[in-house]
Amino acid sequence: MSKVRVLVGTRKGAFVLESDGKRENWQLNGPHFAGWEIYHMKGSPTDPGRVYASQSSGWFGQIIQRSDDGGRTWHQPGLPAGQPVTTPEGMRRVDSNKFAYDTSAETGKPLTTHQWYDGTQRPWQFRRVWHLEPSLGDPDTIYAGVEDAALFRSTDGGRNWNELAGLRGHGSGPQWQPGAGGMCLHSIILDRDDPGRIYIAISAAGAFRSDDGGATWKPINRGLRSEHIPNPTAEIGHCVHRIAMHPSRPGVLFMQKHWDVMRSDDSGDSWREVSGNLPTDFGFVIDVHAHEPETIYVVPIKSDSEHYVHEGRLRVYRSRTGGNEWEALTNGLPQKDCYVNVLRDAMAVDSLDQCGIYFGTTGGQVYVSADAGETWKPIVHDLPAVLSVEVQTLP
Amino acid sequence: MSEPHRVRVVLPQHLRTLASVSREVALEVEDPVTIASILDALDAAFPALRGTVRDHLTQQRRPFLRFFACEADLTHQPPDAVLPEAVASGQAPFMIIGAIAGG
Repeated sequence: MSKVRVLVGTRKGAFVLESDGKRENWQLNGPHFAGWEIYHMKGSPTDPGRVYASQSSGWFGQIIQRSDDGGRTWHQPGLPAGQPVTTPEGMRRVDSNKFAYDTSAETGKPLTTHQWYDGTQRPWQFRRVWHLEPSLGDPDTIYAGVEDAALFRSTDGGRNWNELAGLRGHGSGPQWQPGAGGMCLHSIILDRDDPGRIYIAISAAGAFRSDDGGATWKPINRGLRSEHIPNPTAEIGHCVHRIAMHPSRPGVLFMQKHWDVMRSDDSGDSWREVSGNLPTDFGFVIDVHAHEPETIYVVPIKSDSEHYVHEGRLRVYRSRTGGNEWEALTNGLPQKDCYVNVLRDAMAVDSLDQCGIYFGTTGGQVYVSADAGETWKPIVHDLPAVLSVEVQTLP
Repeated sequence: MSEPHRVRVVLPQHLRTLASVSREVALEVEDPVTIASILDALDAAFPALRGTVRDHLTQQRRPFLRFFACEADLTHQPPDAVLPEAVASGQAPFMIIGAIAGG
């Protein structure tokens, strides 16, 4: 019988939950990295035992952790505790936590600058890893979306990281700016049919696409409208909160923007709004049913100044028509006096026959629906604030 | 060439966990004993800690960490300033302290 493993990153540690395919009884393993912020954990699609975690702290910076046994034990890639930093031959070992931005080959100076809150230009400064996206084919290849926004890749299991600097180097960098949460690259989508195609999204710059494996990039924000920038339809500057794609239809993208739920049917070349009858179209998460590419899920949040669910009711909204027509899913969710948020990386789906939907809240609950959203129940309800939720469907 | 000094270093709890060590570690540090030479020795002995006390790229002290020894705050001493003899001799520990903060 199939199993599922839920990887939960929180403000104060990581938790791994496992259940059989019924998704009724759960075993909790954790906290791992207790006291640290775990922005994201994700497993390799080709090697379910291989799980990567982003561990960070305002005191001690960024740590990359790796598990080769499904989250039971962890180590810094290539760097077991107590191992000397140089080999007996004098060679340096690894820099698994080192994210060095590329510099100009001609001058050695920063490749570009970005806009700061006061309107001045600043060079990029690494702060943390927001999102880890393992390759679809190789468990040793993994992408990292970081703050300040950039995309890094490791091809040796997380031991060494190199920037895919074409993203910052294509010219629009000086127009990028941090949102209130920082200037982060938070979404990475890989196309299983086209290994060269990568989508990413940045708050607050917008969405970008590469068709050559990350060497060159183009902004894909036509059709977005954002009132918080001087030109609401500018090519750059949109606060995209999340993008999602069904693997069987790589040309169709869904987006939860700061405000507005959007859809593209041409690989991001153009977007149209599909907020429809949502009670509010502000939010962070968006995801797609594992077997129904037109069935999508969001969790509306009241507003950009009130980051909690609308009307004190925790409601997942589902559209079976790829947007515009939405239904509230509430069975099993609190419908009174609820004021939690659901952050951008905190929703995931499993791929069991009856698709499971999962999300975590800033109140420390992780909910599951084993019937595609009809009914919900908490897996756990007293964790630290949840930053991310990922699911692995296991044989 | 003189024998290396045996310096005692007290680590904050999270770094002890990362390095799988107890509260205090002993490091062999070449003369002269400075903040920089102690941290270099710490990085060499415990590579899991590289980048946690000083930024990986700039080698600047992380803002929420401070360095105490002999009941004095040495945080703002130049990294290459020679530390008190009591630290070099192992009589007094070199303490890496995380700023207190709630939440």
